[in-house]
Amino acid sequence: MARIRPRLAVWKFASCDGCQLSLLDCEDELLEIAGEVEIAHFLEATSASVEGPYDLSLVEGSVTTAHDAARIQEVRKQSRFLITIGACATAGGIQALRNFADVREYAAIVYARPDYIQTLATSTAISDHVKVDFELRGCPISTRQLVETISAFLAGRKPQTPPHSVCVECKIAGNLCVMVGHGTPCLGPVTHAGCGALCPSYNRGCYGCYGPMETPNTPSLSVWLSKLGMDEDALRRVYRTFNANADAFREESERHDR
Amino acid sequence: MAKADEAAAIITIEGLQDLLRAIRAGGYRPIGPTVQNQAIVYDDIESVDDLPRGWTDEQDGGRYRLARRDDDALFGYSVGPQSWKKFLHAPKLRLWTAERDGENASVTPEPPPSDRLAFIGVRACEIRAIEIQDRVLVGDLYVDPHYKALRERALIVAVNCGQAGGTCFCVSMQAGPRVQQGFDIALTELLDGTEHIFLVEAGSEEGRALLAEIPHRPASSREVEAGEAVIEHTASSMGREMRSDDLNELLMSNLEHPRWDEVATRCLSCTNCTLVCPTCFCTSVEDTSDLSGERAERWRRWDSCFTMDFSYIHGGSVRASAKSRYRQWMTHKLATWIDQFGSSGCVGCGRCITWCPVGIDITEEVRAIRGCDTSAGDWP
Repeated sequence: MARIRPRLAVWKFASCDGCQLSLLDCEDELLEIAGEVEIAHFLEATSASVEGPYDLSLVEGSVTTAHDAARIQEVRKQSRFLITIGACATAGGIQALRNFADVREYAAIVYARPDYIQTLATSTAISDHVKVDFELRGCPISTRQLVETISAFLAGRKPQTPPHSVCVECKIAGNLCVMVGHGTPCLGPVTHAGCGALCPSYNRGCYGCYGPMETPNTPSLSVWLSKLGMDEDALRRVYRTFNANADAFREESERHDR
Repeated sequence: MAKADEAAAIITIEGLQDLLRAIRAGGYRPIGPTVQNQAIVYDDIESVDDLPRGWTDEQDGGRYRLARRDDDALFGYSVGPQSWKKFLHAPKLRLWTAERDGENASVTPEPPPSDRLAFIGVRACEIRAIEIQDRVLVGDLYVDPHYKALRERALIVAVNCGQAGGTCFCVSMQAGPRVQQGFDIALTELLDGTEHIFLVEAGSEEGRALLAEIPHRPASSREVEAGEAVIEHTASSMGREMRSDDLNELLMSNLEHPRWDEVATRCLSCTNCTLVCPTCFCTSVEDTSDLSGERAERWRRWDSCFTMDFSYIHGGSVRASAKSRYRQWMTHKLATWIDQFGSSGCVGCGRCITWCPVGIDITEEVRAIRGCDTSAGDWP
């Protein structure tokens, strides 16, 4: 009776755990997921762990230590299919702000004994270290997209996670464009869809949680954002959040570095 | 629906309320302009109280704001952020569901909708746009049953524009501001400080029947002239203009014009222009399956020639650069649409200008290309 279910592992690197929580937040689907895959390693949920190899690894978090740089190699070796989940794993996360500064200075401010801290100078995406089969964007990821991605993996098909702008989601939702209609600065035109246009649906500009869309024209957007009143400091900061180290956002923020 | 061919009548605001009541009694779902979230949005309406009384809109490239009028006009704005397309050609639509049944699978197509929509306040450019979508979605071998079902049952209460918006250029596209056909009832709002009335023309049997149900009186020649003056005033105050008689030739002989590179530096490829366009009809289909693999669905959603997936074929996107995507959109809209469907794809509503987050203006792009026609060899 017992059929062989694919073995799932969930891994944490430098992160806030929010994307792993998104898996636990799949309330309606969680039992079904547990029925379709064998949850073999998921320390956020249970300390019981089954040895690898694994059919599907979900990797959360970025690489910020030498230890993690070695560990991700092991995870890759044990994983038939490796999917990174969230802005940390796909772009380095908010902690990649260190890439624009001297991490030793940060450590000296934060820790009583900074000499205890062993850390790399940068926070980098998993794909900077190993081959990644699929990247799921977001800070945090969307539970809907996570279920879609796992469903697609199980069916052997491509997940429906279109890489176009958030604007498409706004228009499909019938949202008023907050930038044109209200003069609110918004990163939606350069940001990867997936959240369902969450912030613009509540009349907030997009913060770019899903990172750059497929063909981001950040310099052109910045011209318009400055017309809406953003100065160079504000422009640098707006691109330098959860996806600060994603190429298009990093390069644009650096253009506004004085 | 035919051309209006009979004497105009006059109704009051109370008459308009009676008209809405009659429309509803006829089994229709009235949809009209409402003020929502600082914009005039087409949505369900109950009565004339839901209409944007005393509001107007100010539109320019990349900018839209509501403003107060100094009168109580109900239709004193130009066009809303999204067109009637969002009702007739749904942004997102399930096409079918499939269930696994042992070794077999059963596929259940989504039934066409049975709603009877009554659009209140449709502008001339918007009627033209609906006619263009008719040509594309039901006028050929492959008919969209969902669009067709809604369209065939739809009632159109048109309004002759009382003012031109800042990005309007329907006169250039011969699409307005006068509604000429394709309506059941057409209104012209007349406000002279003392009176607030509507000049009414019926454009179909159904429109005549509706008019017969509500209190009205014949229009005087002075009132008919006043209606003409409103339309003439609107026609003479367009916010934009674009010479359109030679666009097919102009654009197709300038496919390597340097302006395409220049506009590509500004274009965000965000798709807003296409999604707000009342004639853009492109969609993608997305197939999804559930975790168990027992159930699958196919959804259709609006797509745009500005996305990479749109022109993706084996190995990559055909239109990989922003230049090629912008050029595809504009040349299709203004030039090759004529070869394909027998008319321009542009009605001059100005939405692509207003709702471009960086204010790219199609009339300005045409002017730039016209300004140094590369086919004439007068550019370096």
